[in-house]
Amino acid sequence: MVERKKILQIKNLKQYFNVGKPDEVKAVDDVSFDIYEGETFGLVGESGSGKTTVGRSVIHLYNPTAGEILFNGRNIRQLKSAKEQLEFRREMQMIFQDPYASLNPRMKVKDIIAEGIDIHHLAKNDQDRDAQVAHLLEVVGLNADHSTRYPYEFSGGQRQRIGIARALAVQPRFIIADEPISALDVSIQAQVVNLLQDLQAEHNLTYLFIAHDLSMVKYISDRIGVIHYGRLMEIATADEIYANPLHPYTESLLSAVPVPDPQYERNRQPIFYDAAAHEGDEQVRQLVEVVPGHFVRTSEAELPNYRQKAEAYRATLVK
Amino acid sequence: MENILEVKDLTVNFGTFAGDVQAVRGVSFDLHKGETLAIVGETGSGKSVTTKAIMGLLDSNAKVASGTIMFEGQDLLKASAHEMATVNGNSIAEIIQDPMTSLDPTMTIGKQVSEPLRIHKSMSKEKAIARTKEVLELVGIQNAAARMKDYPHQFSGGQRQRIVIAMALVNYPKILIADEPTTALDVTIQAQILNLMTELQQKIDTSIIFITHDLGVVAGMADRVAVMYAGKIIEVGTVDEIFYDPKHPYTWGLINSMPTLDTKADRLYAIPGTPPDLLDPPKGDAFAPRNAYALKIDTQQAPPFFPVTATHAAATWLLHPAAPTVTPPPEIVRRQAIYQQMIAKGFDQPNNPAVKLNTPATDQ
Repeated sequence: MVERKKILQIKNLKQYFNVGKPDEVKAVDDVSFDIYEGETFGLVGESGSGKTTVGRSVIHLYNPTAGEILFNGRNIRQLKSAKEQLEFRREMQMIFQDPYASLNPRMKVKDIIAEGIDIHHLAKNDQDRDAQVAHLLEVVGLNADHSTRYPYEFSGGQRQRIGIARALAVQPRFIIADEPISALDVSIQAQVVNLLQDLQAEHNLTYLFIAHDLSMVKYISDRIGVIHYGRLMEIATADEIYANPLHPYTESLLSAVPVPDPQYERNRQPIFYDAAAHEGDEQVRQLVEVVPGHFVRTSEAELPNYRQKAEAYRATLVK
Repeated sequence: MENILEVKDLTVNFGTFAGDVQAVRGVSFDLHKGETLAIVGETGSGKSVTTKAIMGLLDSNAKVASGTIMFEGQDLLKASAHEMATVNGNSIAEIIQDPMTSLDPTMTIGKQVSEPLRIHKSMSKEKAIARTKEVLELVGIQNAAARMKDYPHQFSGGQRQRIVIAMALVNYPKILIADEPTTALDVTIQAQILNLMTELQQKIDTSIIFITHDLGVVAGMADRVAVMYAGKIIEVGTVDEIFYDPKHPYTWGLINSMPTLDTKADRLYAIPGTPPDLLDPPKGDAFAPRNAYALKIDTQQAPPFFPVTATHAAATWLLHPAAPTVTPPPEIVRRQAIYQQMIAKGFDQPNNPAVKLNTPATDQ
């Protein structure tokens, strides 16, 4: 296999809030993973798991409590000149979770979308700027004549599409998409996901796709990381994590996904995961690569079981 | 099967500066006693407006142009505000979508959940507290007696959604309207809440109108499904008929555009275009401009309901005897094959808990 380029490396990231106070929160606790150029890495977890915090740390909205984040091999905290920082901010964009909070209500849609175009001087003149905005609006499923309206005139789904257009406007290389489609209708979700994939193929984009909709995450992602209480539980390719989940939390999460198939739903048996019961035994646990490419959070004692299960699954693939 | 609610030819317009938005255009359906009817559709398809009309909670710029909503011999559309106040929260209750904003932060949970009892049943404080405790236990709030004195911020999102459900259930309503009750929740919590709703439905024998756009949730919850598009119901049937043998190209598109955990295709199917502007809905079938299977007549005349089985009907000209035979998308063909197998293997309808009724689902 060709050595692929790591566009993003996260090393032992810790992101604590209210450090040293009684209400200290360890939102992200010693998380490490890499994202390769051109891939989609899905980060899956429930609310409060720290998945959004990881995304925000990666784009440097927070200063990490500990650990390093390397983008293109460079530590994002050591970008010194304004030019370097501006370039970092153009190359990495974010599609936000809450379409109501992420658009300025006083700005027209075209100015929201073109804000990045203006900052990075990507338009030749006003006509070009309007043309780019019109194109972006159409790309995300809105009409060009929506450009002179204000955010309050749009539904939540439409606003989210404006947010996507804004992220795409500066031709980024890396996009953090935080629950980008959960506000959209089913038929529109598919359009947006196809759009994200087309753009990825066209511009060799890399995505960090943060979501709780597991069917869509599996569909869009090359690899998936499962996060729970600020810790990564498991990382594997999308196919493997669904076909052969190792960690009980991953199994529990998968068993809860509603599937549009009444027969399946009637026979579904949800598995419940109790973190206190599973991790309450004081054993030291960390993320270990049990077989190449498949990581799971495990103690020394649990490791042989996981390894056996992973190897058994890999053996079935060879046949 | 006994009908608890009959909606006939409901038409609701919203007056705006640009003109009348025709949000609901002649919707008819029945709700059977004890069943869960899912209404699925995109934003703006009229599903929430329909249930708001049932509860008499339409915005002031809404005009009900036609229709009747019969509940216990009374037309709810003609009921006075006073009469509606005795129906809402008592016989008909709603689980509100957003658990984070639908509770009063300054009121204890106990007071909020017992409010419908005090108002509708004029229950004494002691009795109301006892019932509230019972209902909170029913929805799985641990240590309910003590937690009744807590405020909303002391509960997690999943617990708040349980409390909102408790509030809707406290009077044992005959009809429960659940408008996206789990959209704001995580999948594991969602699974718990949905299980809970099914259990409670059996315990207090209520009928549920379940509004959602998540077809996975529909597959697990619904007995029957009504699919809405552009203010109309375009297909209605049992959950199996809709998921394994859909007839309307829009339903095909909806099912086809959802990836399942088995989806291997390189591209998702996406319905092209966007829903029509209901200020000026298209003549004929509103879905025609986005429909690869559209016939010429679709642009001229709106299709009536064609019955497929006693429980299944769809408003598409493709079901007309003179229509050409078309092959649905591969995913639908795959599902139809499963359905044929299910029938062949003695898929016995009367014994299937998902199939409860034998009467036509809608009037034409």
